[in-house]
Amino acid sequence: MNDERWQHLFNDYANSSFVEALRRQSPHLLPGADPRPATPEVAAVPHGTTVLAMRYRDGVIMAGDRQATAGYQVASRRIEKIFKSDDLSGVGIAGAAGPAMEMAKLFQTELEHYEKVEGDNLSLEGKANKLGQMIRMNLQAAMMGLAVVPIFAGFDEKAGVGRLFKYDITGGRYEEKDYDSQGSGSKDARDSLKKLWKRDMSRDDALRCALEALIDAADEDVGTGGPDLIRGIFPTVKTITRSGFGEVADDEVRRVCEAIAGDRTKAERGA
Amino acid sequence: MPLPYYVSPEQMMKDKAEYARKGIARGRSIVTLEYRDGILLVAENPSSLLHKVSEIYDRIAFAGVGKYNEFENLRIAGIRHADVKGYSYSRGDVTAKALANAYSQALGNIFTQDIKPFEVEVLVAEVGDNNGAKNEIYHILYDGTIEDEKNYAAMGGQADEIRRFLKDHYQASTGLDESLQLGVRALSVTQNKTLSERDLEVAVLDRTKERRKFRRIPPEALTQLLATAK
Repeated sequence: MNDERWQHLFNDYANSSFVEALRRQSPHLLPGADPRPATPEVAAVPHGTTVLAMRYRDGVIMAGDRQATAGYQVASRRIEKIFKSDDLSGVGIAGAAGPAMEMAKLFQTELEHYEKVEGDNLSLEGKANKLGQMIRMNLQAAMMGLAVVPIFAGFDEKAGVGRLFKYDITGGRYEEKDYDSQGSGSKDARDSLKKLWKRDMSRDDALRCALEALIDAADEDVGTGGPDLIRGIFPTVKTITRSGFGEVADDEVRRVCEAIAGDRTKAERGA
Repeated sequence: MPLPYYVSPEQMMKDKAEYARKGIARGRSIVTLEYRDGILLVAENPSSLLHKVSEIYDRIAFAGVGKYNEFENLRIAGIRHADVKGYSYSRGDVTAKALANAYSQALGNIFTQDIKPFEVEVLVAEVGDNNGAKNEIYHILYDGTIEDEKNYAAMGGQADEIRRFLKDHYQASTGLDESLQLGVRALSVTQNKTLSERDLEVAVLDRTKERRKFRRIPPEALTQLLATAK
């Protein structure tokens, strides 16, 4: 019998992968497919700055500022850094904005492709690993200054809890228990979360905590944008719970930002 | 080696077509109906795991009758086509028309070049948006013949009977419950048997939904919908 005629069919689990389909059909569209030598221009490529994710009572909350920075210039004031990857998970991007947004789109397509072909969702663990592999594909570009280092967070249906993962440029995947932050202002945001974060916070407390951390990051890090009251640009905040991926409306974010600003002004005046 | 004996191309095509038609006629049927908020797909399918109807892209659905492994292959190829196209251009550039053409080409090639034709018929449906864009329903036969259908479509063993039934009974812009009842009646009347929720696979392309319009209707919801229509 000629076994080769059918045995490959059992190795075709990659059939459910969009990335594998793209590798066969249009390899030039993959991340890291076209690495260029490092040049001084790399610093002038827009970079996303601060994103964070944290657990709260109902799942996870993700937030990010809206600024992209190219060198010492503001490249954009309104970019989105938190992307829905499917109904139960999201990616927050930091690093070179172009490749990072492309990767978020690729990841989203990958998850949807798998879901449609298999008629079932990937496990949260599977999604987290897949994202790690994509980041590794970008390693060569990362070495040249175009690093992509996202945060991935989602609701684990099996375990019934929110979980979050951070990555390094080699695709290394590390699960964080409570909260984490990524990007140029991440250290400041993390310091802030360290003091403010509590177990099983309500949605309102978690929202306030996330925005406090982002405002702290904007305060200390030149790359991170704070709430822009003049133009009406506010950080993006998303929640991921058992019932799905939800957005926190701009109005609500504005109210909380204003409350924080009010409290801080009072503290500044010693009232 | 014995010389292969001569068969006229005409005879060969006839044989192949007859073979494919017989295979399809043995299978159960699928009804597709346009309703007020989109497109409804009702399949007779006792399995709740092996689907005949599925999602291709944001506003596009697929349905197949005949041999499962053959239309399953076509389904996956369709998802791949749509996802690669949507990724390299934009989500709005993925159309049912291009996909239906690809299916037509593929089935046409297989029919003429392979010894065994595919024993399948497939349907590609795209729901139009609220701004008055029209729904599109393409029906592709085993030999690559492609037809665009209006209001309703039927495939599978009882396709002709179902089409005749719907011609007399179809009404435009009815609600989901009424359309569903009509679809189920079309499937059961033409076979003189009653179908329960467990024998049906039902999905809709619902234009009131955000982005991904495809939605399966589980048996519990089906029971409710069928009850309200009565």
